[in-house]
Amino acid sequence: MSDFPHTPPKMSWTFSNDVNAEIRRAAATGIYDIRGGGSKRRLPHFDDLLFLGASISRYPLEGYREKCATDVWLGTRFAKNPIHLDIPITIAGMSFGALSGPAKEALGRGASAAGTSTTTGDGGMTEEERGHSKSLVYQYLPSRYGMNPDDLRRADAIEVVVGQGAKPGGGGMLLGQKISDRVANMRNLPKGIDQRSACRHPDWTGPDDLEIKILEIREITNWEKPIYIKIGGARPYYDTALAVKAGADVVVLDGMQGGTAATQDVFIENVGMPILACIPLAVKALQDLGMHRKVQLIVSGGIRTGADVAKAMALGADAVAIGTAALIALGDNDPALEAEYNKLGTTAGAYDDWHEGRDPAGITTQNPELSARFDPVLGGRRLKNYLKVMTLEAQTIARACGKNHLHNLEPEDLCALTIEGAAMAGVPLAGTNWIPGRNGGF
Amino acid sequence: MQTFDLSKDGLRALNSSLHALKGQTNMTAWEVINPKGAHAIAAGVDAPVEITVRGSTGYYCAGMNKQASIFIKGSAGPGVAENMMSGKVVIDGDASQYAGATGRGGLLVIKGNASSRCGISMKGIEIVVHGNIGHMSCFMAQSGSVVVLGDAGEALGDSLYEARLFVRGKVKSLGADCIEKEMRPEHYALVEDLLRRGEADHKAKPEQFRRYGSARKLYNFNIDNAAAY
Repeated sequence: MSDFPHTPPKMSWTFSNDVNAEIRRAAATGIYDIRGGGSKRRLPHFDDLLFLGASISRYPLEGYREKCATDVWLGTRFAKNPIHLDIPITIAGMSFGALSGPAKEALGRGASAAGTSTTTGDGGMTEEERGHSKSLVYQYLPSRYGMNPDDLRRADAIEVVVGQGAKPGGGGMLLGQKISDRVANMRNLPKGIDQRSACRHPDWTGPDDLEIKILEIREITNWEKPIYIKIGGARPYYDTALAVKAGADVVVLDGMQGGTAATQDVFIENVGMPILACIPLAVKALQDLGMHRKVQLIVSGGIRTGADVAKAMALGADAVAIGTAALIALGDNDPALEAEYNKLGTTAGAYDDWHEGRDPAGITTQNPELSARFDPVLGGRRLKNYLKVMTLEAQTIARACGKNHLHNLEPEDLCALTIEGAAMAGVPLAGTNWIPGRNGGF
Repeated sequence: MQTFDLSKDGLRALNSSLHALKGQTNMTAWEVINPKGAHAIAAGVDAPVEITVRGSTGYYCAGMNKQASIFIKGSAGPGVAENMMSGKVVIDGDASQYAGATGRGGLLVIKGNASSRCGISMKGIEIVVHGNIGHMSCFMAQSGSVVVLGDAGEALGDSLYEARLFVRGKVKSLGADCIEKEMRPEHYALVEDLLRRGEADHKAKPEQFRRYGSARKLYNFNIDNAAAY
């Protein structure tokens, strides 16, 4: 034994415990990691932005006396029947199959009570959500599971899904554990097999074809329904411009924090851009085409609070969509279920094996016993409360900025805490007039 | 016979008129003249009527058809009878790519050739092609039947589910998880029925066909199949 001190154990930043655990898991199983949810990385986000608030040069509005409107019209470009929502926070597309029937019902109940819309998903339209949703957006996906003209006509809007933030360029996956008789029947597939959704639409390729596809959908639905085009955060400037060219009434833009029912972890964490980086590029495309506010922009991917809503709208969005946050409001990942999460080898807040169908909250499952745990009436009430709180929070900030409508928030109301946030959002770094990449040096 | 001049009165007026035909109607015979390759002709019809299109059509003719019998006296552009629910579509000429894509029911008859991706992602439709079909046909086809009197292009039935494919001619190559299967008596009967309803029973006999279907090896993920993905 030497008396000289030893170098203390030093862990590698590159080969961290998480990385090593994944290498061992891959070596043991031979299967890549599949999970639900969105990116778990620490990413530049709305947290990197602050509102400046009113000052001598800006008059604030009185918090409880002066009106700050929150409504939004969607689909005013071509549709005979655009949608009018009381609040600009919509519920993103999540499939029956990924979610239980009662969970879909709760989303419809909560959204309707709060005056907003909900959205189907890759699996067709269920009676639960149609019956309980005042405004229902029907997704038109590559798989076309459950697609039929009757449901197209009883939708309030149609969303052509080109991509989603969790996996731009990827298709969907619903593993066999969740393919119950009802799900199998809706998707015309045998029970218990892994359901693969294609990454491309089967009958169009490229923006010129998409324009004709939209014409067909409009013809079938008598030009009544707003047509949304949903894109993942890949090339938002060009994709937004092409969506406008193809005839979209609304562009839905989903950043990499946006959730999925199930896909490869490597895909979720390494493909696509954070929503903060996407919004200004999409808004720029709309502005360059003279279509900002004429083609509405809905953004999603990591929206959690009224502050996030206000920041997204200040950057130019017309509305936002929430998915993961809505599931948490319903009761997903609730610490009250910690003992059951522990039995699944995880902990509340980290549970993301939604594809396995063993969700103790009864939300991301097709297991009848687990689904029965979930009360759709209570879930709907919780979602309504959450949506109302987010709206009040956004109004609070807008009034402080002197705005009598959320749509009047603007980039000039913002500054950034980080250089990355300033560069992506296109707003000055706090305390400077520097927008990296825009106006030179300090 | 209701005659509609598409070049004069336009697509919106045509489809509005056809969509107005609900349930019982005495206007059961329609003729569309001067189609000139227009898109979405007779898309979304939901009535037991006969529509004859005198000429060639653009994209998505007869898209999502329910109940109607639609006859195209020319060739059809991409996505003819896409997502058809029921009824019948008969094309005298050739069909471009994606013919019958995602179709859930009804009968699609193509008396000429069909291009690539014929029957892609089909979900119950029946398709009879008198000529050849192009590459990647029946990709991810879920259910329904396809009868091809001619040849099939590369990667037939790639990632196939439960659709049944019958080809009389050569198959350039089979896609992942698609294999040749034994023709049993019920398959001869099925082909015979489809040849008759597809107006091809004078051209071919059931015993001339070979059957292709899913090996079902990709139904649940297995790393040992990685090379097939």
